[in-house]
Amino acid sequence: MKNPARTWLGALSVVVSVVVFVVPFAFIVLTAVKDPQQAAQLDFSWPRRFQPVDNLVQVVEARDYILVIAFINSVILTVVSVAAMVVLGAMVAFVLQRRVTRWTGLINFLVLSGLIIPPAVVPTIWVLQKAGLFGGLPGLILVEIAFGLSFSILLFRAFIATIPRELDEAAVIDGASPLRLFFRVIFPMLRSVIVTVIVVQSVAVFNDFTNPLYFLPGEQNATVQLTLFNFQSQYNTSYNLLFMDILLITVPPLIMFLFFNRQIVAGMTAGAVKG
Amino acid sequence: MTTLAPTTPPKATSHEAAARQRRSGRTRGTYPNWFYLPAAVIYGTLFLVPTFASFYFSLTRWTIFKSTFIGLDNFTEFFQEPALVKGFVNTFLYAVVTSGLKVVLGLLLGILLTSQIRARGYLRSVVFFPVLVSTVGVGITFTAFMDPSYGVINKALAAVGIDGPGWLTDPSLALFSVALVDVWKGVGLATVIYIAGIVSIPQDYYEAAKIDGAGPWQLFRNVVLPLSWPATSTVIILSLIGGLRSFDLIWAMTRGGPGFSSDVVASVIYKQYQAGFYGLSTAGNVVLFLVVTAIVVPLARFLARKEVQR
Amino acid sequence: MRSRTLAKRRAAVAAAAALPLLLSACSAGSLGSSSGDGSATTIKLMVDNAPDNLQAAKQLAKDFQAQNPKIRVSVETRPGGADGDNLIKTRLQTGSMADVFSYNTGSLFQQIDPTKNLAPITKDPYVNKLDKSFLPQVTVGGQTYGVPFGPALGGGVLYNKKVYARLGLTVPTTWAQFIDNSKKIKAAGVAPVIQTYQDTWTSQLLVLGDFHNVSAAEPDFAKKYTANQAKFATDTNAVKGFEHLEQIHDLKLQNADYASATLAKGLQMLATGKGAQYPMLSTVIGAIKTSNPDQLNDIGFFALPGDDASANGLTAWFPNAFYVPKSTAGDKLTAVKKFLSFAASPAGCTSQAKASTPTGPYLVKGCALPPDVPTITKDVASYFTNDAQSPALEFLSPVKGPSLEQICVQVGSGITGARSGAAQYDKDVKKQAQQLGLSGW
Repeated sequence: MKNPARTWLGALSVVVSVVVFVVPFAFIVLTAVKDPQQAAQLDFSWPRRFQPVDNLVQVVEARDYILVIAFINSVILTVVSVAAMVVLGAMVAFVLQRRVTRWTGLINFLVLSGLIIPPAVVPTIWVLQKAGLFGGLPGLILVEIAFGLSFSILLFRAFIATIPRELDEAAVIDGASPLRLFFRVIFPMLRSVIVTVIVVQSVAVFNDFTNPLYFLPGEQNATVQLTLFNFQSQYNTSYNLLFMDILLITVPPLIMFLFFNRQIVAGMTAGAVKG
Repeated sequence: MTTLAPTTPPKATSHEAAARQRRSGRTRGTYPNWFYLPAAVIYGTLFLVPTFASFYFSLTRWTIFKSTFIGLDNFTEFFQEPALVKGFVNTFLYAVVTSGLKVVLGLLLGILLTSQIRARGYLRSVVFFPVLVSTVGVGITFTAFMDPSYGVINKALAAVGIDGPGWLTDPSLALFSVALVDVWKGVGLATVIYIAGIVSIPQDYYEAAKIDGAGPWQLFRNVVLPLSWPATSTVIILSLIGGLRSFDLIWAMTRGGPGFSSDVVASVIYKQYQAGFYGLSTAGNVVLFLVVTAIVVPLARFLARKEVQR
Repeated sequence: MRSRTLAKRRAAVAAAAALPLLLSACSAGSLGSSSGDGSATTIKLMVDNAPDNLQAAKQLAKDFQAQNPKIRVSVETRPGGADGDNLIKTRLQTGSMADVFSYNTGSLFQQIDPTKNLAPITKDPYVNKLDKSFLPQVTVGGQTYGVPFGPALGGGVLYNKKVYARLGLTVPTTWAQFIDNSKKIKAAGVAPVIQTYQDTWTSQLLVLGDFHNVSAAEPDFAKKYTANQAKFATDTNAVKGFEHLEQIHDLKLQNADYASATLAKGLQMLATGKGAQYPMLSTVIGAIKTSNPDQLNDIGFFALPGDDASANGLTAWFPNAFYVPKSTAGDKLTAVKKFLSFAASPAGCTSQAKASTPTGPYLVKGCALPPDVPTITKDVASYFTNDAQSPALEFLSPVKGPSLEQICVQVGSGITGARSGAAQYDKDVKKQAQQLGLSGW
């Protein structure tokens, strides 16, 4: 492509992207710093009075600092469940890809059905109750793991298929146990796809709204998405605070994205697409 | 992208055969079954058991406090839901529109963002960014944008003399508007998958095609499109499953309204759950599961076969 | 080599992952102001997150603690609406309910299976102080389970008094007068009837608020309805609510943006005189006070008129109630009962009125409204003093369908007609009746 054409196309893309993608975020930010009356108009206008600090303080202080608790809960939930999805998913994918038995077909089907079948909410509550796990963070963590495993396994399996078997064999000849083989040889090679799984799944878990709503009732158990409720009730919605809250809870995924930006595509190249 | 992960290793058939011979004794030790165990326990108790339990509960009238067996009544009841027939049609429309647009836009953006364009880094980030924002936040924002009289979209249209429609309030448009927002939010992931697919096409193909005198269109038609097929099938399957099960965004934006005009199967199910009709809601879940399976499994097979043929 | 550094990094990551776990052990749940001292009993009170209710609950807790220094009340919130319903049900079922909680009276109260899940308070002395109209709303099988939280409300029409005065209109006592007024208002360039279908639930008022007129014409409708002998679509009195909804759409009496307007926008239109009449519950006073404090007293209230001017009266909604789950026991139960006794006393009413503007009278003997309440509250209360009110259908019959709001939006937007909307609703309630195991369905 010639230089002027490149520049034009670039400029055009930037303009389009500003309209399509940047304007909505500008709207969120602007509404988040308005006063309540102007925010309630929900229009795209310049704030007549900037009160970012006021709004921020109100959001953080609301309901005895529930947002802080929610952040702690969400971070634990995300870190623990994604860590488990990565390790357990890779273990399953490893054996599933390497060893073909007559069960393989069935296991593949079960994994795929995890992606297809909509989780049955009420029966899941029922099982959690029987297990004494209902209404606690551990219960929700397990639920998130169960619902997220399929996607992780599929990504890992595709990638493990590209790792030569000779590597396993060499390690076994050196006397490596299965655990050692997996954690010392295979797992480190999965780096790029692990990044993909981490990014995709943590965004999914952190932004999950329905599962915490169903499986984690109770004030001290709030997760960040549920804090949106605090500013949105049947009779009265404080839009400036609602949008400030949206802004705040977008920060962690954003930081993670900036951190992993480069590796995301690499991981996708390696995992999801090939195989 | 220079930080490419390992390329495909040689997968010689002779090696496969040799491996198969050695399999019986040693593989069990090297690849032990207990690696399945932790995942299987969690997945089994919290996903499979509830799924099977739902088959039973779908045959009962279930207040959360007690359940009464009523046979297939829930299914008859569910199919009599005023919103349901419409819900099925809407579910298909929504899934097809969102996954179709994600494929087309994802592919175009993928090509654009792998070319030597200016501001590529910025564009890649900005396209992916909506993926990070919570669905509820996106829903609230776009509901405000699509307001027929005060919303940004119609104000902008009015500025150029167009009388914008009631995006979310016109019964025939509401579902389509939500689908567009879904595409807006999800196209970043599709683009990333396409970028990954396109950058993994070996340079030799481009060069060979260029030597043959292929123009940009032929390059696209004969190299990029067929060789990024795995990416296409990934995007189709993921967004179709997402689209068929989709619920969050529709709920955040229209709650299935106006009236029942943008209800999909998942939102009908959720409404039954909300109203406390747990048996009925579970029956709906079973129906949705059957429908999604009936569509996705054959499609996945078909796409996989096509992939092998290429 | 490479794998070794990775292993190290992994260990660091694992340690970092464990850290928040440890932190949470001491911090989650114990943040905030509710620091307890050793000897006090702490009871948890759960209310919905509507600002009015939350503030009233917090004020109640504060004033109660001032009287009972040995008891601490910590207030927690839940979402309102259907999400809240499910939360209540699951927490009751799992025995994880707060020590005392607020929830609807009437048909929704029936759905939480009171006899199984709640502790009766029938013999407690403070029950005698409750208004006799309220008692049946929290009583099942001869046992009483709750005391009122918040004032009663009216469902009717909020109207802009300035617009009425400017056009020389009087409060209508028949539906025909209401339509006449509306036409005049329209001619004056003001939106006559505000409808806000973005907040779907607001669409139901013309149907639900018409019930006083249904009972006036047909006193046993509720009973026949519960027994599956009367239907909205076929009962000439009951179908009128749906017909009114259709009529205001056909006559184009709604605001132009009815389909996309929200409750907040509707209230602003009303307060600023861009709209004149808004079928609504009086509970929105708090919202008007936040958005348009200066115009609050420009807004008045009248009951939805029917055909018969002599039977004109208000469809009343009962307040929520505080209930005690069976899981509350020992010291906590004693403390909770003290709290209930405080809530159902004049001091409790005063405390609530301090924190949130009353929307109608308090249903506890000896409670009086403060003199400076807004016009809407005075208008609502006058129907109670004149005894020209009767309860809404949901307080007389457990049968209430979940889809009424969507059906009303359809009728009000001209997507379906009044009769077929009513027929759809009759179908909708059938599921509810079966779910409750009522006989005759």
